[in-house]
Amino acid sequence: MDLAMQARPMEAPIEAHNHNRWSPYVDNGGTTLAIAGADYVLVASDTRQSDGYLINSRYSPKAFVLSNNAVLGTSGCSADSKRLYEVLEQRAQLYQHRHDRQISTPALAQLLSNTMYSRRMLPYYVFPVLAGIDAKGAGAAYSYDAVGNMQRVTGVCFGSASALIQPFLDNQVRFKNQRDADPNRLLTREEAFKIAVDAFTSATERDIYTGDYLEIFIVDAAGAHKEMRELKHD
Amino acid sequence: MAPPAEPSTGFKFDNVKRNQLLGDKGYGQPTATKTGTTIVGIIYKDGVILGADTRATAGPIVADKNCEKIHYLAPNMYCCGAGTAADTEFTTKMFSSQLALHSLSTGREARVVTAMTMLKQFLFKYQGHIGAALVLGGYDVTGPHLFTIHPHGSTDKLPFVTMGSGSLAAMSVFESRWHEGLSREDGLELVKDAIEAGIFNDLGSGSNVDACVITKGNVEYIRGFSRPNERAVKEQSYRFAQGTTEFIVPTATAQGEEAAAMDVSA
Repeated sequence: MDLAMQARPMEAPIEAHNHNRWSPYVDNGGTTLAIAGADYVLVASDTRQSDGYLINSRYSPKAFVLSNNAVLGTSGCSADSKRLYEVLEQRAQLYQHRHDRQISTPALAQLLSNTMYSRRMLPYYVFPVLAGIDAKGAGAAYSYDAVGNMQRVTGVCFGSASALIQPFLDNQVRFKNQRDADPNRLLTREEAFKIAVDAFTSATERDIYTGDYLEIFIVDAAGAHKEMRELKHD
Repeated sequence: MAPPAEPSTGFKFDNVKRNQLLGDKGYGQPTATKTGTTIVGIIYKDGVILGADTRATAGPIVADKNCEKIHYLAPNMYCCGAGTAADTEFTTKMFSSQLALHSLSTGREARVVTAMTMLKQFLFKYQGHIGAALVLGGYDVTGPHLFTIHPHGSTDKLPFVTMGSGSLAAMSVFESRWHEGLSREDGLELVKDAIEAGIFNDLGSGSNVDACVITKGNVEYIRGFSRPNERAVKEQSYRFAQGTTEFIVPTATAQGEEAAAMDVSA
């Protein structure tokens, strides 16, 4: 028996409540990345959902396909992520009913930014990436912070293994620190797929919050389709 | 009475107050590598089996994918360590030396209770500041013994024990399947399953299972007894063509100027 764990006497004041206020935010770990190409865009995320040293779920997807075939990849608080997806999907459907056509990816990207900023004083604890096809048929990936700052990018990663994967994407997707490479070259979908898989199998080795399964969504003019890979479960 | 002479050995606490002050001012103290761990031990028919996972963590990052958590204590005694990696490493190293000297001076093999008592008295002295949580197992003249030793110095003597962040996962396996008089094969299987429960269900534990079977006059240390987490083969090679990395070539003028500057200074 651990003697330090013995219960305190009844008359002792309990101060814990005053010191540690309940926090509405939980970080459920996990990682999401996006790579944009000439005529496609890819979103990859692991499916582990955790809290501290506990795994809540080995399959709790955090990338969602919206009705206009754009994909919302998330990380941060899983409950907030699901709610953000619901809000965005409702707005996408409302747009369809009002205008009799699907919302464009750039319009949805701006709408996501506005939705995030509307919660400026109690933000969604989500770091989203939005991926779809733009008006010219090119792959478009947008990354955001938790309060709606938006940027169009070619390779981005958020979540618990982002510090491990983002430098890898900078080097392999944006060709940083490669002398003879063309920095504006876009990856083929085969290249992007391999890089996404390697990023996640490697991150799973070193980040305790990333693992279990990998979902890769590829979006092109034909729509979004999903591929699955198994990651390590430890 | 003369003031007590400063001890020439052991820990010094001169910087405790200073570090506390720096901590309060926002300068965080360095974080030690914790072995967020699953370690276990059981008594079986012919002796003791110890088991451990092999993941060492530094916060959310895996610091070592295949570390050794079953430490040598004496020819008839081994000790699993959980908690602060350095503390478990150094306390077991220190007491393996103490026990060697002890058995040299007594001319006998050291007993497991002796090791347990030395460890608990040492850890109690440091009031939990040495973060070593240990599972001690061995076989001596009085038979097989298994203990847990907590960082504050309390001990338990039980036929099956678990410690570390994966202790609940591992204990659930023991509570449902351990019984008296297990065979060597069944005991090893049980230990493997208990450690794997920790490996898969506790994020602080991972990689492989190490085991150590201690019987009368014999020790079998099985490194990598189970390896359920082999790395996936990468999709492609990431070798760079020669000359990819930029570097600065010193120019002739720069060298000349430097040489000139050196001449002036001389």
